[in-house]
Amino acid sequence: MDAQVLARWQFGITTVYHFFFVPVTIGLSFLVAIMQTVWVRTNNAEWLRLTKFFMKLFLINFAAGLVTGIVQEFQFGMNWSEYSRFVGDIFGAPLALEALIAFFLESTFIGLWIFGWGRLSKGLHLATIWLVAAGTVISALWILAANSWMQNPVGAVYRNGRAELTDFMALPTNPFFLGTASHVIAASFMTGGGLLCGVAGWWLIKSHHRPTSEAFEAADSKDVKTWRRATRLGAWVLIAASLATFGSGHWQGQIEAKYQPMKLAASEGLYETTSGAPFSIVAVFTSDGTKKVWSLDVPYVLSILAHNDPNATVYGIQDLRDVYLEKGYINPDGSVNELQKSFAQQLRALPVEPVPNVWVSFYSFRVMMGLGVLAFLIGLLVLVSTRGERVPRDTRLWRVALVGLPFLPLLGNSAGWILAEMGRQPWIVYGVLPTWTAASPGNSAGVVLATMVLYTLLYGVIAVVVLFLFNKTVKEGLPEVVTVEPSDDDSDAPVSFAY
Amino acid sequence: MFTDIALTSLQTATLGATPLQVVWFLLIAVLWCGFFFLEGFDFGVAMLYPVLGRDPKRRRVLINSIGATWDGNEVWLITAGGAMFAAFPGWYSTLFSALYLPLFLVLVGLILRGISFEYRAKHPSTRWRDTFDTIGTVGSFIVTLVLGIGFANFVRGLPVAPDTSAAYGDPNLFTGGFWSLFNFYGLLGGVTFVLLFITHGAMFLGIKTYGEVHDDAMSLLKKLGPVTVVVVAAFVLLGNIVYPASENPYAGTLASVLMWLTGLLAIAAVAFGVLAQLRGRNVLAFSGTGLSVIAMVAMIFVKIYGTLGFVSADPNRPLNMVTASSSPMTLQLMTVFAVIMVPIVLAYQVWSYWVLRKRLSVKDLPQQPIEENVVEVQA
Ligand code: HDD
Ligand code: HEM
Ligand code: HEM
Repeated sequence: MDAQVLARWQFGITTVYHFFFVPVTIGLSFLVAIMQTVWVRTNNAEWLRLTKFFMKLFLINFAAGLVTGIVQEFQFGMNWSEYSRFVGDIFGAPLALEALIAFFLESTFIGLWIFGWGRLSKGLHLATIWLVAAGTVISALWILAANSWMQNPVGAVYRNGRAELTDFMALPTNPFFLGTASHVIAASFMTGGGLLCGVAGWWLIKSHHRPTSEAFEAADSKDVKTWRRATRLGAWVLIAASLATFGSGHWQGQIEAKYQPMKLAASEGLYETTSGAPFSIVAVFTSDGTKKVWSLDVPYVLSILAHNDPNATVYGIQDLRDVYLEKGYINPDGSVNELQKSFAQQLRALPVEPVPNVWVSFYSFRVMMGLGVLAFLIGLLVLVSTRGERVPRDTRLWRVALVGLPFLPLLGNSAGWILAEMGRQPWIVYGVLPTWTAASPGNSAGVVLATMVLYTLLYGVIAVVVLFLFNKTVKEGLPEVVTVEPSDDDSDAPVSFAY
Repeated sequence: MFTDIALTSLQTATLGATPLQVVWFLLIAVLWCGFFFLEGFDFGVAMLYPVLGRDPKRRRVLINSIGATWDGNEVWLITAGGAMFAAFPGWYSTLFSALYLPLFLVLVGLILRGISFEYRAKHPSTRWRDTFDTIGTVGSFIVTLVLGIGFANFVRGLPVAPDTSAAYGDPNLFTGGFWSLFNFYGLLGGVTFVLLFITHGAMFLGIKTYGEVHDDAMSLLKKLGPVTVVVVAAFVLLGNIVYPASENPYAGTLASVLMWLTGLLAIAAVAFGVLAQLRGRNVLAFSGTGLSVIAMVAMIFVKIYGTLGFVSADPNRPLNMVTASSSPMTLQLMTVFAVIMVPIVLAYQVWSYWVLRKRLSVKDLPQQPIEENVVEVQA
């Protein structure tokens, strides 16, 4: 394998890994902030117990997201120097601003939040977690603005041998960005809600039927009540976020049809341009992905997904490929953006085969939707079976469902990104810069391979530690409440939290 | 556009940098100075675990003296990297791909370090905690050493030449190779950074702790301080004599003057810090090493003004502050954001240090060596 292919693998592995933690950070930061708010408002210690319990899970996850994020920032220069040189004028700004506006906010206030229990006033301390939560979304917005620009390079022109910014406001108003941002953030709330619902629900069914001695019964029934609240909060968030995710996903499909018809066609395995296009639930392609062998179809659904109209025409891979090879890059409505137009001349010298991997695009799309829908259904089921005073029976099926629940949106997210990123191949900047031109020319395959193996090993170890600590923390359950005497002079008291 | 530039080492050349390019060069220098000043003592404290923290309780004081703020300090690095990308994409691309392996080591070091803080107190086993603390020390050491070697090599200059094997364009790329970085001056830079940061870290413990840890740090400084002063002096003098600023074609005499001034300031400040510490003046001492770190990094940035630390093989197509820069529009835009955001960030970071200003000692820590599963409610 050459260095360029390895660099792609390296980027894919490290980014997908980083993105295991990101949606949990985004979703859970808000949920913890909400729980802490309820505690501050009601002074009900049960919400404090929940806050502290999920704080621990949040922090375990946060650390892993943080250390893997730095790798992402540096990788553009290390592995993709020619990409960075070509796009730095536009792409660098969101990354720098993300650090300046979001990362400083998150990292400073998370330190204050962790170490500020008992040292800051309640209100001020509550503000710190809300600032952290705001920081996670701001950071996601900037990075998504950068990513959406690669998907649809607006507000730029080819000049001085590179892409140069002509209109900054085009980045936050990029239709791709609007669709992606709402979809990713909604999916992050699905992840957070799924985690809350799964963990609390697992404890709910477990503690409800635990044979207990008399003495523990009172405490237990209190725990059951607390876990039920958390479970239902999680389920509600999961369901609401699922609906938002499905809605924004549908919107993404329409944006794709307009700006990336090839990705849409590949993710549907649609070879011929079709009106009233069906949606294939499963399909088999030839191993090189150039032909569909068999598929199970639901009529009209693809046309609805892409154009909100059952009879609309959806372009197929063959035609899109022919058009590209004959005329260069153009959107189906005949439009071409400034950068694509001004680079067209140079692009002729850089040969590309404009079809992404159909197998990967097709199935990553199905996995994303399938896992999401499954999570949504489990959420509904939880809500139904915990209404009133009800608690689901402690069966193996329920346990599997609840333990699996947090992982469903998580892996759905990974699948979605694999669709978004692999489906835009062979372009690193859509319709402009082919991926193969973008890697650092100076890196040998051996060096990239070696670092990739080491990253993978290190990340593997981190994953083991994270899962171990997650499991352990979940099993420890809600923290005990201890009552302390208020002291006038707490300057001598030990700090309430320490690493 | 640049054909009139004759780039020999003795002749001065016109750079033709715009004011905003100069501003962004300075801002990037400031970000690196801030990073090394802040994370410098974090690295130093972590490298001191095996020395001052053999006793687990004392080690815990060391860790918690930086625990709340290390992440915020690290963001200075991320921002510095991001600012280089945004303001000088040519610099970011060539430098980061040139230093592929060293940066990989830096990343591994940063990962190890970050993990070590967050996970150490989450499992009730001494071996678990010892392991994570060792990882923290090793990670901090790697990062400090590699960055020291890297920055010393910027003073020497990294050779670059247009590369025709690139698929698109013929970018200026590093021609030196990985092993060329391990020259004498590079290694001296590594040692200098390690010693200076350890000293800076011990000074930080001087203002941030009391009791046994504080006293141990002070007696360590008695021996360590003078050594650090000597090594910093060697690094500065050698840099100014062997790789003088007169090699810098863009800044001429001014660069020489500034490089000497900042260099000598770095020596004077660390010497002052060490002396102040002997008199028990903790705050002055910490300011001394802090100023020394800043002056040393400033010296390096004076040397690379314009050239960005590259020695271009093709005088007609040099890689420099002008050719590497973003368009005027991007620079303007970034300037607006920076003018608004930097003061805000500085304000809340300073405030966070103020809130967490309490000095620590062994008796301020919780009884249990791990986080307990309880919540405290006031009666
Ligand atoms: C919990 C996760 C999850 C769930 C249930 C869904 N998605 Fe999704 N999807 C993502 C998580 C995700 C994601 C990881 O967040 C992606 C990757 C890039 C992006 O913008 O969002 C994504 C990308 C993505 C894309 C590609 C966008 C691009 O190329 O940039 C489309 C067309 C959809 N989604 C459509 C849908 C539809 C129609 C869904 C309805 C069932 C759906 N998604 C459910
Ligand atoms: C965080 C969620 C993301 C995931 C999971 C993800 C996933 C991937 C994957 C799987 C690849 C490999 C594609 C291939 O084989 O060619 C890839 C490539 C890449 N992605 Fe993403 N991506 C994410 C977000 C981003 C963002 C936000 C950016 C930009 C800021 C980005 C930039 C890139 C680049 C530069 C490449 C390498 C070139 C390429 O192969 O296309 N990605 N990503
Ligand atoms: C959709 C894609 C992505 C989103 C939504 C996202 C968002 C986040 C979030 C929420 C964190 C939380 C931890 C923290 O800030 O400390 C984080 C960490 C981080 N991410 Fe990502 N990220 C994405 C992909 C990337 C990519 C492609 C990069 C590289 C440019 C990146 C760079 C970073 C960095 C440097 C950190 C560590 C920040 C710190 O130390 O505080 N992220 N990211």
